[in-house]
Amino acid sequence: MDMIVTPHPYLQQQQTRALIHALEQGLPLSPRPYDELAKQLGMNEQQVMDEIARLQDAGIIKRMGVVVRHRKLGYRANAMVVWNIPDEMVSEVGCFMGSLPCVTLSYRRPRRLPQWPYNLFTMIHGASREQVLEKINELADTYSLNRFNYKVLFSKTCYKQRGAHYVKDNKLKTKNEAIK
Amino acid sequence: MPLSQLSQTDQLLLNNFQHGFPLQERPFAEIARQLNVSEDYVIASLQRLQAQGIISRVGPVFYPNRIGNSTLAAMAVPEDRLDEVAEMVSAYDEVNHNYQREHEYNLWFVVTAENRQAIDRLLDDIAQRSGLDVLDLPMQEDYYIDLGFKLQWT
Repeated sequence: MDMIVTPHPYLQQQQTRALIHALEQGLPLSPRPYDELAKQLGMNEQQVMDEIARLQDAGIIKRMGVVVRHRKLGYRANAMVVWNIPDEMVSEVGCFMGSLPCVTLSYRRPRRLPQWPYNLFTMIHGASREQVLEKINELADTYSLNRFNYKVLFSKTCYKQRGAHYVKDNKLKTKNEAIK
Repeated sequence: MPLSQLSQTDQLLLNNFQHGFPLQERPFAEIARQLNVSEDYVIASLQRLQAQGIISRVGPVFYPNRIGNSTLAAMAVPEDRLDEVAEMVSAYDEVNHNYQREHEYNLWFVVTAENRQAIDRLLDDIAQRSGLDVLDLPMQEDYYIDLGFKLQWT
């Protein structure tokens, strides 16, 4: 079982999954969005709000609110900066970078040698390529990150960008039917 | 749309409500109260910003790998095949981000599925159909605390 959503005392796990699936599409933009979701899912409004609060407390929901498309707002340059940091330092350097205001993601990922030696992935956005490069140089200089090997990968074409769909539609239907 | 062309209410809507969205019966009324406008105005503004493509949705962002599973994948695609391979990759429902990047590994995409096996199957499928290797780079640790994306109004 890959889902780590723990069963709710009042809600079936299947309902939690259905709620997550509905939330992935975004809240209805209407006066009572939780009530609207509740009606779609056969729950009540309070249950939906409680369950969202629980998913937040459980660290499953990272944040909830307006999801902005930065490209549309003039943040056209986005660089993935990948670093080769010694394993014993990667957590420290990663947390530090994750705390900087110009860095919007900081993940550790595996190396794939010999093709891919980088184990720390950060994302830096800016209005222009020059501005992003300036930020990266400043960052590398100020915090003596120059001693590590790193690469700047600017994005060119965006072929696809949308929220993740963790729960598959067809599986949901099948399992919903099974519950009934 | 340059930031400066947005109304002040739009700017506040975009900047102040990326996290901590009200969890109460009428959340847009609460936002309206904070911005000193009407609930209808908040809802209409969000609908317009969504139609303009400035916001993708209002809702939760999930931590990676806590429900289901995801990975970042990369491919080194010959330039003349890039659009074709990118289109093939984008067509999978499990692929939610797909970017060209300036590097020998020039195609980068995020795969999200219910479990690791489904991701393995999908990456194998892409490798087989394209005849190209796929680097599988699943997240091992997340060092970033996501409070949304701070917009700078200059």
